[in-house]
Amino acid sequence: MLFRSAFFAASAIATISTAAIAVDAPTDPQIAHIAYTADSLDIAAGKQALSKSHNKAVRAFAEEMVRDHTTVNDKALALVKELKVTPQDNPTSEGLTKAADAERAKLAKMSGAAFDREYVNNEVAYHKTVNGALEKVLIPSSKNAKLKSLLETGLTLFREHQAHAEQIAKDLK
Amino acid sequence: MIARSRLCPLLAASVGALLLSAADAPATAAPHIYTIVIDKLKFGPAPAQLHKGDTILWVNNDLFRHTATAADHSFDVDLMPGKAGKTVLTKSGSIPFFCRYHPNMRGVLQVK
Repeated sequence: MLFRSAFFAASAIATISTAAIAVDAPTDPQIAHIAYTADSLDIAAGKQALSKSHNKAVRAFAEEMVRDHTTVNDKALALVKELKVTPQDNPTSEGLTKAADAERAKLAKMSGAAFDREYVNNEVAYHKTVNGALEKVLIPSSKNAKLKSLLETGLTLFREHQAHAEQIAKDLK
Repeated sequence: MIARSRLCPLLAASVGALLLSAADAPATAAPHIYTIVIDKLKFGPAPAQLHKGDTILWVNNDLFRHTATAADHSFDVDLMPGKAGKTVLTKSGSIPFFCRYHPNMRGVLQVK
């Protein structure tokens, strides 16, 4: 059940992302906004896990998410400042935020092993979705070389996060 | 008596040889320090010709925190961004290692 709901949430995000992007390829200011939003949402999820979970592996993973995504966001902020770009809100960012808000509200009502499983399964799904969007839409659409390079670093990093989340999900079963 | 006196030159020669090889030893068998650089979520190539007693200097040039962790738990070095850490190789054999945070970051040390 838990896995299924995480899967549906991920599919919903994927649908939103591809639907929004299929109409119009995102511009660099929109891409910067999507990347920053995706990072911030995962930092929020990590902080929620740190406030609720007592599982050592889950807490170490959540700390890693907060740490790594904060590093990427710091770089992203420095880059938009350097390029004098104002990140622009868009339907993909809104879709990601809406889905993450719903997931956070759901997780807020859970605790113990059930919370841990839901958080980690959602992290697998979330990273899969974001990685798919990076690979298929955001990286190919980005025009600025520095932005593209940062997104590529992000994709390498988030693939590692997905692998780590998958490893923990397996251990939690 | 005769046997002992015959042995003496042999003993002297052996001791001499031992001393000579001991004097030679530091030049050939002194432990080395090898560097493995981490960047862009990858470990640099593992040095060839590693020997027991050698030191690996792990240099984290990446933006992210990593670890160099032996699969057999013989070492586990925490590496903040821009920092370095050391591991002394205490056993020979093939030692796979990885980063605890980023599980696809992997390598193998071949220690003689």
